[in-house]
Amino acid sequence: MVANIINLTLTATLKALEKGEFSDRELNNAYLERIQSTDSRLNAFLDIQSPEKGVPAAIKSLISTKGIRSCAGSKIIEDYKPAYNATVIEKLMANNISIIGKTNQDEFAMGSSGENSAFGPTRNPWDIKKVPGGSSSGSAAAVSADMCVFALGTDTGGSIRQPASLCGVVGLKPSYGRVSRYGAIAMASSLDQIGPITKSVEDAALVLKWISGPDGYDSNCTSGRFTIQDLRFKNNLKGLRIGVPKEYFGKGLDEGVEKTVKDAIKKLEDLGAEIVEISLPHTEYGVAVYYIIMSSEVSANLARFDRIRFGRERSFFGAEPKRRIMLGTFALSSGYYDAYFTKAAKVRSLIKQDFDKAFKECDVIIGPVSPTVAWDLGEKIDDPLKMYLSDAYTIPASLAGLPGLSVPCGFSNNLPVGLQILGKQFDEETILSVGFVLEQALSLNLKPDI
Amino acid sequence: MRSDITSERFFLVKFCANIEVMKVTDEDAEHVAKLANIPLAPAEREQLAGQMSKILDYIDKLNGIDISLIDPIYNTSMNKNITRKDIPGKSLTQQETLANGSSTKDGYFVTKGVFEEK
Repeated sequence: MVANIINLTLTATLKALEKGEFSDRELNNAYLERIQSTDSRLNAFLDIQSPEKGVPAAIKSLISTKGIRSCAGSKIIEDYKPAYNATVIEKLMANNISIIGKTNQDEFAMGSSGENSAFGPTRNPWDIKKVPGGSSSGSAAAVSADMCVFALGTDTGGSIRQPASLCGVVGLKPSYGRVSRYGAIAMASSLDQIGPITKSVEDAALVLKWISGPDGYDSNCTSGRFTIQDLRFKNNLKGLRIGVPKEYFGKGLDEGVEKTVKDAIKKLEDLGAEIVEISLPHTEYGVAVYYIIMSSEVSANLARFDRIRFGRERSFFGAEPKRRIMLGTFALSSGYYDAYFTKAAKVRSLIKQDFDKAFKECDVIIGPVSPTVAWDLGEKIDDPLKMYLSDAYTIPASLAGLPGLSVPCGFSNNLPVGLQILGKQFDEETILSVGFVLEQALSLNLKPDI
Repeated sequence: MRSDITSERFFLVKFCANIEVMKVTDEDAEHVAKLANIPLAPAEREQLAGQMSKILDYIDKLNGIDISLIDPIYNTSMNKNITRKDIPGKSLTQQETLANGSSTKDGYFVTKGVFEEK
């Protein structure tokens, strides 16, 4: 009974609860036992609760949970307990969701591997010598290892999509402005989005319905709640035009990942979609633009850690936050502002225009999430720039404010590969529908042996 | 003595080649660290200067793009001037707000003085 309960998706869990197949308490106990037997090997959780009611979700550390420590993976706010819930938490609780724990992450969401956590890295459930990806490392690992029914993460340059890809689970970055950021400890305010990490595409759609919509606190979240009658394409994709950018299949993409992704694209074609070759010519500038814009916004957002209302001295920041604060402060400083920040914002405009033009010829844009599968712990930690380049495919959509879904599409070297599906702004419905059809057709249904 | 020769040669190389050898010097890093209010040990500062230089070298690839007629974009939501009615609502209590402060007294946060004389 225990093994079965924790394998269930959110959708199946809700059905089972409704039918009375098990109680809330049995459900929570099953997941708590799983955490107890598994998390010492994975380090996915920073704080574990013991709920008895509700459907248990794992929440990324930096999302404010009233009375539950939210340290954002950092020693500088190691003992911080928020006095309020983030809007997304209030919305989840209104839908009978409980918090089973706060998950590990790269410090202040800065990282692509989980190794920048001040509390030790999380490990990939598919191979514990490998990284789970980041910065929502704990959330992705927790879903992958069935330590929660679903999780919330945040995505600024790929931090939901990339760990979801590396851990073989579904990850959705909503359109910028779809979900309120209120209560998420801010990293880069023009890029941050909270989103679901789930066992299935259907689950991601449901969680998005719950957490989306304006709340009067995030002035960039003003459009309506996400609603979806039913995932649009049921069995086939006739009438859908899929754009495949040539720039996403060039140098730097691992051969095994490329093959797996191209096989998935072929599958989509077999399901009735029309494949259209497109170009996103400014793709190669995405990482450079991001590291100026994001670092600049970070330097402003992390200025609040001044040891007055919360936290310790600024020397308690880890190496990566220090590096990005320094870079951002430099880019915004007198004499450099135009050369860096303004210039990056103009190239950001060009990147967005690339997508606007492309979406005249296609309905969704598809490619890899990550250039490689999960790599060894310690492999990229000495070269910050090398680490930054692992987000080359996820960053452009963040800069343009577009929604992105990562769906498991196969394996390479026995490690998961995710397919990235990007949509027009506020068109989560189409990307979820495409993801759903692919997921049903591939029927991967594999769990890590942990 | 040896360091004088080295720095002289360094200066000549820099002058003749007309290139920035280090985008971010140790002095620059010291200035930025002060602006950012980040305390750094000298070794840490030197390392950061080197890393920042390397990253900024990479970012130089933006220089080749023609942005003369392009407007910058800072906010993809395209929202402007979002306001609400000036009506007070629910708020945190004073006790809740002070709870995470490292130093509080009589209902206030204690912090460094701005006008203190040294």
